Amino acid sequence: MSAASLSSAINAIRSASFAHDRSALASNAGHPSSSSVFLGSTAGLRFNPISSSAGRPRSSAAAVAAVAASNVVKEKQPKSSVSGSNLLITKEEGLELYEDMVLGRAFEDMCAQMYYRGKMFGFVHLYNGQEAVSTGFIKLLKQEDSVVSTYRDHVHALSKGVPARQVMSELFGKETGCCRGQGGSMHMFSKEHNLIGGFAFIGEGIPIATGAAFTSKYKREVLKEEGCDHVTVAFFGDGTCNNGQFSECLNMAQLWKLPIIFVVENNLWAIGMSHLRATSDPQIWKKGPAFGMPGVHVDGMDVLKVREVAKEAVGRARRGEGPTLVECETYRFRGHSLADPDELREPAEKAKYAARDPIAALKKYMIESKLASEAELKAIDKKIDEVVEDAVEFADASPQPPRSQLLENVFADPKGFGIGPDGRYRCEDPNFTAGTAKV
Amino acid sequence: MAAAVFQGFGASTALSLSKSFDSKRVKLPFGRSLSERRASFVVVGSDGRVVLDSSRAQKLVTNAVATKGDSAAATSASKPGHELLLFEALQEGLEEEMERDPLVCVMGEDVGHYGGSYKVTKGLATKYGDLRVLDTPIAENSFTGMGIGAAMTGLRPIVEGMNMGFLLLAYNQISNNCGMLHYTSGGQFKIPIVIRGPGGVGRQLGAEHSQRLESYFQSIPGIQMVACSTPYNAKGLMKAAIRSDNPVILFEHVLLYNLKERIPDEEYVLSLEEAEMVRPGEHVTILTYSRMRYHVMQAAKTLVNKGYDPEVIDIRSLKPFDLYTIGNSVKKTHRVLIVEECMRTGGIGASLTAAINENFHDYLDAPIVCLSSQDVPTPYAGTLEEWTVVQPGQIVTAVEQLCK
Repeated sequence: MSAASLSSAINAIRSASFAHDRSALASNAGHPSSSSVFLGSTAGLRFNPISSSAGRPRSSAAAVAAVAASNVVKEKQPKSSVSGSNLLITKEEGLELYEDMVLGRAFEDMCAQMYYRGKMFGFVHLYNGQEAVSTGFIKLLKQEDSVVSTYRDHVHALSKGVPARQVMSELFGKETGCCRGQGGSMHMFSKEHNLIGGFAFIGEGIPIATGAAFTSKYKREVLKEEGCDHVTVAFFGDGTCNNGQFSECLNMAQLWKLPIIFVVENNLWAIGMSHLRATSDPQIWKKGPAFGMPGVHVDGMDVLKVREVAKEAVGRARRGEGPTLVECETYRFRGHSLADPDELREPAEKAKYAARDPIAALKKYMIESKLASEAELKAIDKKIDEVVEDAVEFADASPQPPRSQLLENVFADPKGFGIGPDGRYRCEDPNFTAGTAKV
Repeated sequence: MAAAVFQGFGASTALSLSKSFDSKRVKLPFGRSLSERRASFVVVGSDGRVVLDSSRAQKLVTNAVATKGDSAAATSASKPGHELLLFEALQEGLEEEMERDPLVCVMGEDVGHYGGSYKVTKGLATKYGDLRVLDTPIAENSFTGMGIGAAMTGLRPIVEGMNMGFLLLAYNQISNNCGMLHYTSGGQFKIPIVIRGPGGVGRQLGAEHSQRLESYFQSIPGIQMVACSTPYNAKGLMKAAIRSDNPVILFEHVLLYNLKERIPDEEYVLSLEEAEMVRPGEHVTILTYSRMRYHVMQAAKTLVNKGYDPEVIDIRSLKPFDLYTIGNSVKKTHRVLIVEECMRTGGIGASLTAAINENFHDYLDAPIVCLSSQDVPTPYAGTLEEWTVVQPGQIVTAVEQLCK
């Protein structure tokens, strides 16, 4: 079977599940509940508050009983939070989403230019076409919520609030970059914005995200920080779903009901490997129910649909009801990276998704719903062009990292460099602060 | 795994039975007397393993206790401190740190209800609950990564590899995340994690459970590695590792868990970067760590009888090396013998040789000699296994050659 015909086969499956209209969550209806206990097992989870020295088990029902994942479907939220209106978003929300998506797109286009102009190097993976996913999820989050990304991480960083200047400067390898030029395109971090990383190897970010979610649970239940309702969103692609860490972490997250949302950006291609050639059952969302959590399939080219699903999944996580797997069907408008000749994807497939550009779609929705005028949106486009121009100028004008930076962040505690022949910690040597010491 | 789990106990039972212990021992912290611990230990140890292993166990005891002889002989009820086994010392350190800092938590396979494959986390889940002492599914790379994610977001996890060799499955997380994230994030995220567990060549555990991992881990930037060898340093290094803001790999040796020693009642924390002077001497510097310390000390007895005066240093910090202690010794003896269980190619000994040559070449009167284990997968058969790791006789011969 050719890739093209496989592709149309899967599209048929997908449109079928889109037919659920707004209720994307319905696609997981009816999967079995996971709350039953194995026969003969008396195991429960011990839970000791920090203050108590005696191990007193809680009632096991309160402890681990997994909520029947199908409940999520039943408790579907009202379609709109905007009272007295059929609209899915307010004007302010719409403008925020539009601006974020336009920023993502304009930033990435500029990256391509700068890459070809020799301003940035290495592997640069652009997010064009997938903006609805980043914007749809991250714009619902609080600053304290964590985001874990992949090698395609610039736009997640921007959505999470990392200034474009810092991201561009990082790409230019400059001192003013969000990681001081030490991370690069695939390793964007911002502690301030709780972006806990771009992870360059497939799958490795998922355990990290699971750990961040574990911390939230730990803070709430062990440290008794009642107000801690922070959630973590882990983004990754379709290719990652065939990696063990994906399944392992789905298991652990549901087992402990961690406040995490697993977001699959299924752009149908893992570099040159079609999702359909790599995956026995291409409907990734089904793997959620397999682990006892809701699995949701959503049109990842429609930011409003993504946002609606995200609202429910984030809410669930915040309420302590556990993780959700969300498969966003999306498409990248460029090659895998700027080094990818992109020869395998059919022009017809590309054209089909190009016609469903998420930015154009939101623009159309907002104008038709009279949420914004063409002029207002144009003004945002212009503003973003300036933001991106400014980011480039800032990055260009920023200094290269100085030599003194070389050894600074190897260890959080520089005593890790050890004791030198003179009996002093080597990090006390002036050559260390100068970055000229041999390590 | 089952065989591996109790491997240490056979030997140790023999060891503990060969000693008398005073049931009126000083009270341990947290209100549990030593006799309670001993009682539970004997229950575990008496499940038939002693008989199976007695000859070899006895032999190990001889090796292991050779050095401990002095401190063991000094044991008496009037002395301050309390006596415990190495795994109990690790547990005590862990428990003290959990008591001290609620951010300290443990995760790994069977660390909770089961108490750890070598009982290092025994009783902690009952005391601190299942979230602080988290039994994980068998998914090394994911739970190690989860520990790292937890560390990045504020916790101080201790991740136990049920057998250190299993952590090869988590190599990416240890290398790329533990070792690099602090750097790639421009110093924004700290990873205060401890990765620890039983390792080394045990007794006929077969190749996969008898790993010498320090060679694999040593070139990862951004991590520190320490190896404990006595109850005293095990506890002190455990506490130091937990308090460090750097990721630390703590190597424990399967055959040393049941060494007994009297340790101070007062709290103490050791330096992660310092070597330990085991026996001062004049003729030759012997650098070693972990279990080989006991083979060296056994050889040292013979050497002393033959008129040699070796200086024995347990380097303890496998990365970075304590170049001060090592250097001072080299400057005194001008001869260096390295004895390690690590593999020869790209091992700790190779790195140590390079570091000494770089820094102290002018002080050397003879080329450095490095006795490593053989570059073979650890064989199962007892005889072959014995030929794989360095034996005391080889150490004696090497010193005689070196001091000619």
